[in-house]
Amino acid sequence: MKKRKERIDRGIKVRSADIFALCSWREMLYLSSPRLLPIVGLFLLSFLLSLYWQKVLLSVSVFALLAISWDLLAQSGMVSLGQALFFGMGAYLAGIMNHYWGWSPFLTIPVATLFGGLFCTVLLLPVLRLRGIYFAMVTLILPIMLVRVIEATKIFGGTEGISGLSPLPSRWLELYIIIFALLAALFGFRRLMGSDFGLVLKGINDNDRSVMNAGINIYWFKAQALFIASSVGAFAGAFMTHVYMFVGMPVFALDYSILPIAAAIVGGAGTFAGAMFGAFILVPLSEILRGLGGLRIVFYGLFLVVFIVALPEGIFHYIQRKYHQFERWVEVEK
Amino acid sequence: MLLGTLIYGFVNSVILALVALGFNLTFGISGVANFAYGALYILAGFLSWVLFNSVDLPYAFAALFSVLLTAIAGALMYRFVLLRIRGMVLSEVIATFGIGLSILELFKYLGFIGFEYTLPVFIDSSIDIGQVVIDMQRVFIVTIGIAMAGFLWLFTHHTKTGLRFRGIAQDERTALSLGINSDWVATLSVSFGAAYAAIAAIVILPLGTITVDHGYEVLINALAVCIVGGLGSTGGVVIASFLLGYAQTFTATYLESHWVMVVPLVAILAILAIKPSGLYGEQKELEERI
Amino acid sequence: MSPSPLLKVNNLSKYFGGVQAVNSVSFELVEGELLGFIGPNGSGKTTIVNLITGFVKPTGGEVIYRGQDITGWPPYKVVRLGIARTFQMVRPFYQLPAFKNMIIPLYSPRVKRMAGGKYGDRDAMALDLLEEVGFERDSFVAYKIASVLPQGYLKRLELAKGISLQPDLLILDELFSGLSLAEVASIVPIIEKLRHGGMTIIMIEHRLKELFRIADRVIVLNFGGVIADGLPREVMDSEEVKKAYLGIEED
Repeated sequence: MKKRKERIDRGIKVRSADIFALCSWREMLYLSSPRLLPIVGLFLLSFLLSLYWQKVLLSVSVFALLAISWDLLAQSGMVSLGQALFFGMGAYLAGIMNHYWGWSPFLTIPVATLFGGLFCTVLLLPVLRLRGIYFAMVTLILPIMLVRVIEATKIFGGTEGISGLSPLPSRWLELYIIIFALLAALFGFRRLMGSDFGLVLKGINDNDRSVMNAGINIYWFKAQALFIASSVGAFAGAFMTHVYMFVGMPVFALDYSILPIAAAIVGGAGTFAGAMFGAFILVPLSEILRGLGGLRIVFYGLFLVVFIVALPEGIFHYIQRKYHQFERWVEVEK
Repeated sequence: MLLGTLIYGFVNSVILALVALGFNLTFGISGVANFAYGALYILAGFLSWVLFNSVDLPYAFAALFSVLLTAIAGALMYRFVLLRIRGMVLSEVIATFGIGLSILELFKYLGFIGFEYTLPVFIDSSIDIGQVVIDMQRVFIVTIGIAMAGFLWLFTHHTKTGLRFRGIAQDERTALSLGINSDWVATLSVSFGAAYAAIAAIVILPLGTITVDHGYEVLINALAVCIVGGLGSTGGVVIASFLLGYAQTFTATYLESHWVMVVPLVAILAILAIKPSGLYGEQKELEERI
Repeated sequence: MSPSPLLKVNNLSKYFGGVQAVNSVSFELVEGELLGFIGPNGSGKTTIVNLITGFVKPTGGEVIYRGQDITGWPPYKVVRLGIARTFQMVRPFYQLPAFKNMIIPLYSPRVKRMAGGKYGDRDAMALDLLEEVGFERDSFVAYKIASVLPQGYLKRLELAKGISLQPDLLILDELFSGLSLAEVASIVPIIEKLRHGGMTIIMIEHRLKELFRIADRVIVLNFGGVIADGLPREVMDSEEVKKAYLGIEED
């Protein structure tokens, strides 16, 4: 008797479709708990964790933001190998404004976010017209080049960087700003990609010729996606400048480019929640593995390869599937 | 002074070209951007070192073996990883990047850091050109560089396999229907590119020590040259190498040396502004991919 | 007094690294005409469409639409002027339901402009358009994921995408290919209806019998050049055309 595996939506998923969810508490809970989990979880963690782990939570949130930003670009057909570009751009802009003009963090961060996004978009505009590989190459090279330039020309503090920058008023404010930003990005991006605008972006990724044929200027759309993603990255950078009260060449480090990609791939590209999930796994893991030194990056690299080849859907997709569907063995009909 | 700058500029350019040719080769033929390129370069270097110093092979054999082994590494990389994600640019880039990263950082972790990691020069002497003294190794580099570029051109234009390569590059579907085995060609192209990286490593590394960071630099230089020259065009890569090579050498001589790294950045930004697909870029705008 | 042509193509050429795909093609199109483009495979029909609609840049010649030179304009600008085209190889967004496939054309600025500045309910418009091309509302076919739809429906979807842009000139690239006689017979009325609504249409086709029933005029291409331009009957009597079409089935 031959059998095959069959995957069926769970009863509760079907019952909670659309407006029927309002019929009962169980259904409403089924729908809302995945969404409430990150919100409640993050706030609880912020209370319960020790000071050291709070710093880790901060770091997780920053990388999660970068991973989510990466995911947006990937869904729109742009593979960024240089999230560090956005991060570093925002970081330096905030540091410069604070150091040379004396602006407060509440001014530098928003402005750095906006202009960081703008600069990066304009910088990458010419490659949007070319094959995707150019985008990957240029985003990889630019942060590395910028580091060399800073090192060589010694501008903006050169190798020492700029220190003594203004901090944010309180440790709690720091934490809540970044958590709020993370949740805003998460839910905001999900909303965006679920809308018709997002559909166009996904269409561009899937079959850009078809979208061009519909009279849509795909470069304008790609530029918009790039601006949004790079602004989020710039925000993360500007924010961290004021957390560390320092900005220097390390903001363009390869770490800020690689870890977000690994987080998104391991967690599951395409859902934003997966990217965040991946960050929540990899960053604490990297903290725990700190003792291993350089071996950490070897692991990231291997993780990346293994997941990309064997489990491209990522862990989150797997969990999501289990949550919404169940499997059973079924006899194959003759 | 000028003669010296001209000559060293030439050498510098050939070095850049040597490094970029392999990467360009792989991409031009099979469309695979091998971001593990720098890692393969360093792998060849360390392999030679280990074979020569720890296994005590005569250097010629060590060098030859390491080229072979690196080429095999490239082929394995294609067969086991790239083959499964063929056609998905995102995955290919990330996977090769991940592999390259792992290799490089593994070397770092295993402690391959230090001044003892050098490769011997082939002939330890120098010649005079006018009033300029050039060491034989650099002369050797130039010779090999020209030979490799020439060989590449001859191969892709005049041998059966080479023509198959170009067929695939131009139109994969048609090539497939003509019986050209795309996967085999792709494996060869990655392998070839890796071999080129290895040869470049063996020839160039004796100029200094083998460092892991140099691996990243090699990838960056290769990318920079390809961006400026145009991915897929051998002619463009050569011309871009000379442009960048001379610009860097002149900068080092007449301006301060730390402006040297600014050159590639300026070149990239300039190319992006003027002709994003590169000087001899064959990348037509997206519209013309039909 | 003949009306000024809607579309005028002058000596349009395209040279693709070694191959003269389109060789100095010239023709005119009057508003309301249904023009057929026929010719053996590789004669350059699709390339001409690509040249007109901006997917490929010409190496020579010009394209003039309503008196405006649109040579080399990118596709999105050409569409916004009122020219729409379908593709020979239909490739919908396979993971999406049929009606969601319509959302992207309906998101186009042209649709917004034609509707007077607002987009309107795209989902409803999508379903209406699909119904017009034969997606029966009762069967909820429009909700099916594109990957399960047969070729006949996919072709209709492609047609609907073109129509949704409310073009003045609609170019259909081998719409009938891969369809059964019955399917073709059911699509023809849709095209006739569009004509009666005033749309100008160019159809590239291999299905000559069906094309000749509805075309006003036919242009025959071979090796990138025009070898005949006239009424369907006349064109088929030409010796050159017969030579080009060795093995053509006699009606």
